[in-house]
Formats: sequence, C-alpha cells, structure tokens
Amino acid sequence: MNLQELVEPDRVHKRVYTDQSIFDREMTQIFERVWVYCGHDSQVPQVGDYHAVTIGRQPMVMIRGKDRQIHVLHNRCPHRGVQLCGNQRGNVGSALVCSYHAWSFHLDGRLRSVPLPRGYDGTRMTADNPDCSVKRAARVDAYRGFVFASLSATGPSLLEFLGEAKVAFDDMCDRSPVGEVEVVPVCHRVIQHSNWKFFMENQLDALHPSVTHQSTGAAAGRIEQQIKEATGAAPLYYHYLSAFASKFEQWDAVQTINFPRGHGILKAYMGLRPQDPDTRAHEALLVQAYGAEQTEAYLSRGIHHVLVYPFLSVQSPLQQLRCLRPIGPGKTLSEIWHFRLKGAPEAIYRRALWYYNLVNSPATMVNADDLENWTKGQWGLESDGGDWVSFHRNFGDDTEDRGVSEAVMRNQFRAWSQYMAETGNAGDASAAHVRR
Amino acid sequence: MADPTELAPTDDAPAVRLAQEIVQEIVIEGGGDAGVGALAIAPDHTPRAATASPRPAPLRAAAPDEAALREIEQFLYRQSELLDRKLWHDYIELFADDGIYWMPVAPEQTEWEGSPSIFAEDRSMMQVRMGRVSHPTAWSQAPMWATNHVIGNVVIESGSPDGWVVRSRFHMMELRRDTVRHFGGTYRHALVRERGLLKIRLQRVDLFNAQAPYDYVLQVWV
Repeated sequence: MNLQELVEPDRVHKRVYTDQSIFDREMTQIFERVWVYCGHDSQVPQVGDYHAVTIGRQPMVMIRGKDRQIHVLHNRCPHRGVQLCGNQRGNVGSALVCSYHAWSFHLDGRLRSVPLPRGYDGTRMTADNPDCSVKRAARVDAYRGFVFASLSATGPSLLEFLGEAKVAFDDMCDRSPVGEVEVVPVCHRVIQHSNWKFFMENQLDALHPSVTHQSTGAAAGRIEQQIKEATGAAPLYYHYLSAFASKFEQWDAVQTINFPRGHGILKAYMGLRPQDPDTRAHEALLVQAYGAEQTEAYLSRGIHHVLVYPFLSVQSPLQQLRCLRPIGPGKTLSEIWHFRLKGAPEAIYRRALWYYNLVNSPATMVNADDLENWTKGQWGLESDGGDWVSFHRNFGDDTEDRGVSEAVMRNQFRAWSQYMAETGNAGDASAAHVRR
Repeated sequence: MADPTELAPTDDAPAVRLAQEIVQEIVIEGGGDAGVGALAIAPDHTPRAATASPRPAPLRAAAPDEAALREIEQFLYRQSELLDRKLWHDYIELFADDGIYWMPVAPEQTEWEGSPSIFAEDRSMMQVRMGRVSHPTAWSQAPMWATNHVIGNVVIESGSPDGWVVRSRFHMMELRRDTVRHFGGTYRHALVRERGLLKIRLQRVDLFNAQAPYDYVLQVWV
C-alpha cells in the first residue's frame, strides 16, 4: 500500500478512515510513539494509587511510586501475562501482586519477589533479568501536572512534541493564583462510532456549528431572550449554547491557528471574560499573585480550545479536556475530564461546571448532533459511493487563519503523512506550511 | 505363523509403577489466610473496601397510606408515559415552578448545584432541551427513536399532607436506529401538592450505569 497515494494536498482517500491495516499502522507509527496523555498528577495522590490508561493498543497503568514519582507501566505480569491492576482506578498498597501466582513488583515495576524462588535456580529467569520486571513506558514526563508517556525511547521531548500547543496547559493553570489545577474525579466516557480523525477535524471546524448545532443554539437563544426580558440578564451558560447559532460570516471571522505536528487552536468566541463580581474577585486574586500586567497577559489569551494532535482537545478557559482512545477504524472512545483552579473562587468552578454539564456530559445537547454526523460520516466513507474526502476550501492559502478554512485538516494530514512514513519525525517539515 | 487374533503377552510393569506413584502421600492444610497466598507476599495488600453507597433511608411506618401510595404510583406511571410518548411539554408541566431534574454522576453526591452531573436542569433549561429535540434541524432526532419505561418498587420514604419523598426503580429500553440500549436505576421524587396537583420539586435519577461508557449519548430525560 502506498500511503502517499492516499493523502494528497487537497484531498484524502476514504481508506485512511476505514482500513484496518492503516489503523494498525497508525497505532504503531503514531499512538504508540508520540507522547500520549495519561492523566493528571492529582488523579493518583497517594503512594500505590493507580489509574488504568490505554496508550495506542496497550493497556497501561499510571501509578504513584514510593518515591512519589509517577510511573507508567504495562498492565501485564511478566510471568504469564495476566493484568496486574484489575480496575480502572484504585490503590495496590505497597506492591503490585499478581492474582495468578503472586509474583510481586515494586511500584516502579521492578521485581520484588516470587514464591518459592529456588524453582528458578539455573534458569534464565534471574532477579536481574529485565524480563522478570514489569515493562515500563519508555519515557514519562509531565507538564504543569499533566502526565504524558511515550512508548518510544527516541523522538522529541514532551515539550518539543507539544510545541506551541503547550499553551493549552499554561492557559488553564495560569488562571489559578497558585498556578495549578486539580482533577475533578469523574471521567465521562462516550463511544464515537467513527474514526478518531473525525473528532480531531471537527474540533477546529468553524463552519459546522451553525449547521450541526442550530437546533440547540436556537432553542437556547429563545429561552435566553425570555430570561433577559423578564429579569434583565440571563446566566452566561445560556450563551454557551446560544452562541452555536450564529451566521456563517461570523464563524468565518473566528480564527484558527495551525501549528506543526498537527496541533492547532480555535480562538475564543464565547465571551468568557464577563465583568461580573465573581470574575472581578477572581481577577483580583490573580493580580495579587502575578501583578496586573502579567494577569492581563494571562487573561487576554483568546482561546476556545487547543488541539494536541492526534488525541487531545483542551478547553483551557473552562478547564476541561477530551482525550481520544482509538479502538478501531470506526470506533473511538472519548474520555472527558474537568479540573478545578486551585485557589480560585468556587463561583469560577461552578461557571465552568455548567459547560461541563451542558456540553460535555453524556446528556450533552451539543455533541449529540456531532456524534450523529460522525457516525453517518463513517458509514458514508465505508461505502463505494465515492473514494475521496474533500479539503479544498481555501486551498492554496494555508497561511490565512479563516475560521472556516479547511487548512486545519490539511495541516493535520501533513503531520499524519510524516508520522506514517517509515522514519518520519512529524512536524519538522510541515512547519514550512504554517504561519509563524 | 502366529495366529493374529492371539493377544500379545502384556508388560504390566508401567501400570504398576504408576499405581505406586499416585498413592496419595500429602494432605495439605487449607483455610489459611494471613501468611498464605498473595498475603504471604504482600501483607498490606489493600483490603477490599465496601463500595461507598448511602444506606437507603428507612421506610415509613409499616402500613403506608394506601390512598397516597396509589396516587403517587399513578403519578409516576403517568410521568413515564409522557416520556415514552414524547409529550415533552406535559412532562415539564409535572415539575413545580422551581422544580429540578437531576441525574448525578455518583450516589454519594447530595447537591444538584455545583456537582458534576449528567443532567442538572431547572424548568428553563428543560425548555431548551425540549426546544432542541423539537427543532426541524435536530439531526440526531431523525433516526427512529423510542423509549419504554417500566416503574416499580415504589416506596414512600416520608410524607406529610403537603408532600412526599418517594423512591422507585425504573428500567428503560431505548431503540435508536436498529440498536436497543438498556438503562436502569433509582428515582427519588420530592413531590409537593400545588393547587391540588402533585408536582415535582426535585427528581433525582441515579442511573446504575452512570459511569459506564455511553454508546452514544442521552438526548432526553430518563
């Protein structure tokens, strides 16, 4: 299969969304090589706390060691292969003990003991043989409390990988007067019956909201207006929904910014910096902590969300993120998390919570229609009704950050092609196509 | 020439050896705990904590108010029928003016405001949801879609002439396109009487599979 024939500058072949062998190659070339989000530091506060996480096709655990470091291990006993942690989250105490033959391991994965060890005398299974310890992720690193792991020993560092997309975590944490967030210990999991790329493309697609989400935007706008007429002002969270129903021209004015490695930003459009007493109290705390000038620099970042390609959408101004775990060419699990700004007023958390509950919960009034689109999209691409997916809008000028431009998808596929090439180090060459 | 039907003389030595080898020699002790199995390896292996779940409130006096119970049951049945028939307006009318529909994430949660929730809606937000699913471009409403609720295990937790707190169980099957999904859980209704009619002040819905993966989403109240 020649992948280069499947991805052209202005269109891609449907097979990149539907073909099992291409999906398998994405797993080995992309998801099991790049830095993948494992979770937040605050998810595993105590020694022995673990959280299960899938990296590519690999079941892993993120676990807090005795040394307080976070380790990311394959969830597999090196003896006979049985998974060591049986739940999505929990605490293993001072050691990982296999439920089958009681091989035990330190929390960093090193072999601790086996029952009746003399049975291994004279065999190759000696305590110093790495095959006797739990296999670790090749690299683990964190940025501002957000933990990532890479299953490849080589490649860019976490900060090199994130590049300018690291602003996702800065924009979130800098809104806390102590510069930190902590996780809200709830993870909504929603299955998308579509290829993971549908979600990534959709996140920076500013033409779709007023079409896909018109019903919700119009309904919310009507009630928002009624409340305004009755009481003078409607709560901000109505605007979270009503903003979707705006004219095409307004969406074209909303900008996207494309970065190397497929990352990108959809700029702000919801008016998330109102001047109510809660906001002013929050800003006063930030001024106390950082000074007026720095606070202004932090709060004037106009971000709606940041995309870390190929798996993460971070809505930094509302402290939430969605992380993709691809299951198959036509099936993707999304994990949805919310964070609290440490030291910020409760009202600021509650304001963001409305977005989490209305837009990102499993009863979402927004993603209901996205998921419907992506399901139908997957079916369409699995058919023989056509071979190509068109990304021609504003083709030829990928330096212009028009909201509705399909430059976003073209940028993502430049990174994809480089990752999928045998030794490609995605991002480096594609930088030339991107402004800045 | 040997007669092929004649049996060859057998060497019974291996069978004898096996019989000798499998004579039972050891009886192991059972029933140990500390110092046995995985606990011998890691004595501080985390104990299995009981799942944190609030104890159900004790039921009211053994003999419930039969007339009240019948009225409440009929109210709950009607509510589920309005849902299944997609009579959203009439459904919302079952709620008091300050009524709340709340589906928390976990049973330990106690406050509908300020908690991560699946649904947390007052009547205005319920109007938004109704407006959305009734809109001509609610694309996700195009496929065949139906629900079927069954309510049971109705018990009165507490009551006064002005209102009741009622717990019940529900099962809901949902058909969407060609797929059936199954949901179940507990309702807890705080009911008040307004101008002679029962109204919902707070309906709490604890979905028993609230934190399982959702194959697609929930478009309307359960």
